[in-house]
Formats: sequence, structure tokens, C-alpha cells
Amino acid sequence: MKSLADLEAIRAKTLENIAMRKDNHDAARVVVGMATCGIAAGARPVMLQFVEEIKKRNLEHVNVSQTGCIGMCRLEPMVDVILPGQEKVTYVKVKPEMVARIVAEHIVNGRPVEEYTIGAAE
Amino acid sequence: MRDLSLHLLDLAQNSIKAGASLVTIRMTVDENGWLTFVLIDDGCGMTPELLSRVTSPFATTRTTRKVGLGIPMMMENAQRAGGDLTIESQVGKGTTLTVTYDTRNIDSLPMGDLAGTILSLILVNPDRPDFLFEGKSPTGEGSFDTREVRAVLAGVPLNEPAVTAWMKEALEETINPIFGGV
Repeated sequence: MKSLADLEAIRAKTLENIAMRKDNHDAARVVVGMATCGIAAGARPVMLQFVEEIKKRNLEHVNVSQTGCIGMCRLEPMVDVILPGQEKVTYVKVKPEMVARIVAEHIVNGRPVEEYTIGAAE
Repeated sequence: MRDLSLHLLDLAQNSIKAGASLVTIRMTVDENGWLTFVLIDDGCGMTPELLSRVTSPFATTRTTRKVGLGIPMMMENAQRAGGDLTIESQVGKGTTLTVTYDTRNIDSLPMGDLAGTILSLILVNPDRPDFLFEGKSPTGEGSFDTREVRAVLAGVPLNEPAVTAWMKEALEETINPIFGGV
């Protein structure tokens, strides 16, 4: 059973890392569309997969957040990846299986996965 | 929407948009299989005028387009399984949305991944609001409160990967015995 004592241990362990990270404002952002359309199309497992993958790779400067509907519901689930100093890249019809590649090739190595982007879909 | 947990993920956005500081999710299934899902927030609330038309698909506060399907779809799914959706709201106080239906009805929505939904809600809203989950069914009961988690963490964000992993397990341990895994 997970107890609050475990959590206390996590706090002590992570506090140091966080202090170091606060100075770094160059966080990459992953924004998942989670309005009614995105959720119905499967945004939740996609979002959780991003969180999982980021944790697995120990990526410290990546924020996962959500946004509403941007009016292209037929292309949901949609995910924007914004690397510091670079143009936003929009991925469409994202499935959890696609997440590992987006994280590895784009977020880690800086090369967007062209075939998953809105440019390739349109 | 394929299951109730997805509706919850969707409807909770309304509470978050309303500026709530606490969102309470109360999920109960009684011995007769009757489900009651209550979503309570202390957000900005709705005027009687908005409240009166909020179950219409053509009522929305957003300005990008004229439809809002979250509440009407939940209502239809509840009514299809012999239940209903009701909303009470007061400007400045908050909103309470109640969904009931018969889980033994063949058209009733399955619960879905409730733990995953609550984790998602917390992760994408790590600073605000707080979430209180209370669940009860004939197989058990339990609760999860981000205010308790936040108090222990004292400044460590809820979306810190190690904290996320802890919450994922804690939520699954709390919720899955009550409502099943999926």
C-alpha cells in the first residue's frame, strides 16, 4: 500500500533536483488537446503515455499540459510539441504507440517526426 | 464517449475553467447497481439564465464556436440507462452536477479507467485546483485528496515524475478495488 510516508521520502529526494532546475526556463512543452473532441478520440492514454515516456527517459525539462479544442476535431487527438527557440510542431491523430518515437526523435534529438505532423495529414 | 471516466475528464474541465480551487468527485454504486456520480466545484457558478440552457448542445461559454457537447452527451448517456443529469449552481458559490443511472441497464456506460482519469486531471493541473475523490461500492470504499499530498510535498510539484508514479499507484490501489480495473 502506498503511504504518505513514501511520499515524504520522495519529497526529500527530489527537492534538491528541483532547486537546480528552477533556474532553467528552457523547458520543452507538450500540449495535448483535451476538450470533449480530444478526449472522445483518445487523448487521455496519449497524455499518460507522454508522462510515462518522459519519466522513463528521465527528461527533466519537459512540461506536459493540456489545451481545449482548436477546431480541428476530426484530427484529434492532437499534440503540440514546442521546443525552446523552435517553431511549434503539431501532431495529429496521435496514438499511444506513436508517443515513444515523438519523444525520442523530436524531444530528445530535435527532429520532428514529419509523417505524424499536421503537414503530412493535410 | 465510451465510458463514464471519459465524461468525468471532460466535465471536470468546466469546473477548472470556472476557477475552482477544489473539485470534489463522488462516485457511488449501491447494492442495487444504482450509480450516483456527483461533481462539485467551488468555481464561479452559473447565472440562472445560463443554468437553464446549459444542457442544450447549443449552449457554451466559449467564443470559438456555438456548440458545447460535454453536458448534453453525458445527459443522454445517463437517460439512456434509466437515469438523469441535474445541475445546481449559484454565482460565486460553485456548481454541483449530479449524474445517476442504473449500471444493470444494458445501455449503461461502463466505469472506464477512473484512476487514469483522476491522474490525468491532476497532472495537467498541477497547481490548481485540488481534487478530492470519494468512491463507494458494495466491494469497498476509499478516498484520495490532493490537499493531503500537497501538504506532505511542501512545494514539490505534483507533476514531478516520482510523485506522479506514487500517485498512479496510490490511485489504482484506492480505486480499482471499488470499481474494478477498467
